[in-house]
Formats: sequence, structure tokens, C-alpha cells
Amino acid sequence: MIEARGIVKRFGDFTALDGISVEVPTGSLTALLGPSGSGKSTLLRVIAGLEHPDEGQIILEGEDVTRVAPQSRGVGFVFQHYAAFKHMTVWENVAFGLRIRRRPRAEVKQRVTELLDLVQLARLGDRYPAQLSGGQRQRMGLARALAVDPKVLLLDEPFGALDARVRKELRLWLRRLHDETHTTTVIVTHDQEEAMEVADRVVVMNAGAIEQTAAPRELYDHPANEFVMSFVGPVNRLGDAFIRPHDVELLLEPNGSTQEAMVERLVHLGFEVRVELVRDDGEHLSAQLTREQVEALELQRGQIVYVRPTRQTVFTAS
Amino acid sequence: MFDDGRLGMTGKYALRFVSLGYLAVLLVAPVSYVFWKTFEHGFGPAWEAVTTPNAVHALKVTLILTAVAVPANTIFGVLCALAIVRHRFPGAGIVNAVVDLPLALSPVVVGLALLLLYGREGWLGGHGVVFALPGMALATIFVSLPFVVREVVPVLREIGTEQEQAAATLGASAVQTFRRVTWPAIRWAVAYGVVLTTARALGEFGAVSVVSGRLAGETETLTLHVQDRYQSFDEVGAYASAVVLALIAVTTLILMTRLKPKEETQ
Repeated sequence: MIEARGIVKRFGDFTALDGISVEVPTGSLTALLGPSGSGKSTLLRVIAGLEHPDEGQIILEGEDVTRVAPQSRGVGFVFQHYAAFKHMTVWENVAFGLRIRRRPRAEVKQRVTELLDLVQLARLGDRYPAQLSGGQRQRMGLARALAVDPKVLLLDEPFGALDARVRKELRLWLRRLHDETHTTTVIVTHDQEEAMEVADRVVVMNAGAIEQTAAPRELYDHPANEFVMSFVGPVNRLGDAFIRPHDVELLLEPNGSTQEAMVERLVHLGFEVRVELVRDDGEHLSAQLTREQVEALELQRGQIVYVRPTRQTVFTAS
Repeated sequence: MFDDGRLGMTGKYALRFVSLGYLAVLLVAPVSYVFWKTFEHGFGPAWEAVTTPNAVHALKVTLILTAVAVPANTIFGVLCALAIVRHRFPGAGIVNAVVDLPLALSPVVVGLALLLLYGREGWLGGHGVVFALPGMALATIFVSLPFVVREVVPVLREIGTEQEQAAATLGASAVQTFRRVTWPAIRWAVAYGVVLTTARALGEFGAVSVVSGRLAGETETLTLHVQDRYQSFDEVGAYASAVVLALIAVTTLILMTRLKPKEETQ
């Protein structure tokens, strides 16, 4: 288990982490999710020992490592921009940690071969990082981090520099890898879809503090506050109520509880259609419908419809 | 860029003409002239001129000074570059600026400063520094100090700290990280800095001239010897020694390019 207790980290006048406490259970895959500047990367770097907290403790598997150097923490770290050793081949990159530990040559060879197989780079062992694609470089980064059997694996926006398609592929691949290895893993991301897809638990951070910690579904269905509600998915606001676009029903006739709106734009996204609406008071909202529903209603641009929320969330002021 | 293409060709040739012409007039012509003057009367007189006791001694002095200044400035240069780029400390900006001082100061001023500081009347004076090898070594180190620092600093900035952090999380100590990660990334910058330092140390005239006292056969370097010969109307002696200097510098340059592997691509 990774435990952070009351972590405070300041950079000059800026408080990056404002008394954070969080627990990451052994064997879990936990995402730190938040906008940029929320402190999620700083927290990860504090766990790795790459930053020293001004206050608080880091406990790894029951051992207080707050004053322990990153070399001795037994963490694997994967960087957003790969941090590949440019002058070493893929093979040498992956072997680095083992060679530093002076492991016997045969063991190094066996382990590196295994890992290159695992990350599907077996045939590229003698290439240099500059000759690899971004996705391949990041898989090399992962193999390099895993080579030393880390107690915990820390990934800092690992897919952030990759294009959308490769990112999705690697996400799935990371999830499968975790299901095989069960290494305690923390992944930092600003992409809510990535967090929801890959992690068992999501820690939502904002302005150096934790807003909510929950399983992805729980987070989506029962967000703790406005920030989480609007960060983990698209949201409409009607008065005090927050409504997800798929919880908006469109009717052609008014009925007591409905509100009038005009169809401003129809965005076809394959099976789904996003209907962008504007109310007479100028408020914008969007509804997510299936293609059949849109066809049944014969929706047109400029048409007047009546909006009814099927499910809404109201947060009581705390 | 040019629709016509002929205009592009004209531009290309004009550019080549200007750059090659500039090099020819300013670099190739004077050096060729020196070589020609040296061997004007055959190889014999030139050989005699560079094997006089004073010329041999001057060569020895120059090589000793270079052998002291280059390693000193290489080690200091790498440490200094690491300090400037990797460590935030008060005064880092000042250090960064001071390193360039030898480029801005006239060498004669440097020599004079050393003379005043270490000379008979100076603060730290009176112990055989001035008019002797130690003073000349100080002057040579001073004037050739910036090159390694200036070559290494931008490379360190460019490679950033992530590779070093990655090495740390993989268990590498600071020394192991430097040896296995930082050094391979900066070594060609260091090598180039060494070549420039060597060239500067070999060719230094002004500062060494002031602190050496210019005693032929004792504190005369090869550059001083060249001037000494020229002023004694021994043209062959002057040109031949100049050729020796040029050959040492060119050899250093060739050695460096030889050592450097062909593919150093990013």
C-alpha cells in the first residue's frame, strides 16, 4: 500500500499540494485525475522521491520513506516524454536498472528478453530510441521501469504525448498488463475517459486538494460536488440542478415541467447525436440522443422543442 | 521559394561565392602565405630554424602550458557547467556571466592583472609566480577558461533532467548517473570544448607575453618565439615556428573529428 499523509508541497508562493492524504491499496490501479495545476503530477513525484514534501509523510508498504532517496524506494517511474536514454539501445535502456544492481549477465539477458516480449518490442532491441515511434518509446519506458520489479509503478501522463488512436490502444494494453502483473500502479492523467477506462479507483484532484476518491462508476453516478460532476463528464446546468446530456429528454409538446428551447445544431457522432440547444434566456445546453430518437422526432435546426430532465443532481451548499 | 528556379540557382552560387571568398581571403591566403614563406628556400632551413635550442625550448614551454591548462579547464568547465545548469544556487547568474569574462577582457589586461596581483609588489606576490612558468600557466588557464563551459552548458540545458531522474528511480547513484547518462550526452560538447581550449592555449600571446618576462630559452612560448624571431629579422625562423603551431592545432582538430563516430544523430 502507498500512503500519503498530510503532504504539503510549495513552490515559492504557489501551494501545489495542500495537505493531501491518500491511500493506494496494494495491487490496485489508481488514477490521479485533475486539471493541469491540480498537483497530481507533483503528488506522484513526491511518492517517487523526485520532489521532497515540505510537510507530511510517504509510507510504502508500511515503511516511512519520506527521507529515503528515489534510488532506494523501489519505485518504477514512467515519464510523459519517455526520458529514454538516447545513446543506449532499447535493450540497454531496459537493462539499465539490472546492470546498476550488478545482476549476473544471464539473469539480465533473460529478464530483458522477457520484458521486451511483454511490451512487444522483442525485435527492436538493437534500435535506438530515436528510431522508435512514440508508442514504442513509451512501451520501452514501461519495460525499463518494470525491469527492477518495483513495489509500485508510477506513470506520469504516460500517454499524454501520443496521438488519440495509439493512446487508446496503450490504455487497454496497460489495463491487461496490470491484470497480469498486479503491480500496485498509480497513473496521473487529465483525461477523465482515460482514468475511468483504466483505473479501479480514481482520485479526483483540484487546486492541490482531493475532491473525491471512488471507483469510476461511483464517481460518475454519485459525484461528491460540482467540480467532480463537471470534470468526469459533460454536464448541463438548469438552475441549481446538474444534468448529464444523456439524461435530457426532448419532447415536441410542452408538459408542465418542461422548458422551451431551440435546436441550434445537430452533431452526428455515429450512433449518437448531440443536440445543441439554446433556451430563450440564452442558456446553452446539450442533449445526447440516439439516431433513432432524432429521426423519430424529425429534429431540424431552428426547431422549438421542450426539454425534460429524466435525472438530475442538486448539490446542497456545504 | 523562387518560382523561376534560375533566380534560386543564382542566389545559391552568390552565397557560395561570398562565403568561400570570405574564407579564402581571411583564412586560407594568410596561412598559405606562411607555409609558402617557410618552405621558400626548401625544407632544410625551416628544419634548422625549428630545431634551434630556443625554438625547441619554446615548443616545450608551449606544450607544458597547454598540458596544464587543458585538463584544468576541462574538469573545471564540466563541473562549472553542471553547477550553472543543474543547481539553483544564489549567484548562479553571476558565475554564468563571470565565465565569459576572459572572452571580453583583453589578454594584455589579464596579464597586467596577474602581474599586479602576483608580482613583487602584489598582494600575493614574491614567490616566483611572475616571470616563471606558474604565472604563465595561470595566464593560459585564464584566457582559455570559457570554452568547455560554453560548449557544455547548452547541451546540458537541452538534454534536461528527465533522463537523470529516470536513472535515479532505476537505482543509479549520482556518480553512476553522471557516468552512464550525463557524460555520454555531453562528451562531444566536451571534446569540442577541449579542441577550442587547446587552440586558445597554444595560440595565447598577450597575457603570457606580459607575465613571462620573455626570456629566450627560459620563459618563451612558441608564439613569443615567433615574434622574437620576426623582430630579429629571422623570417624563416618566425614562419617555421608559426607552421609548427598551426600543425599542432590542426592535428588536435583532426584527432577530434577522427574520434567522433560518424552517426551522432538525434
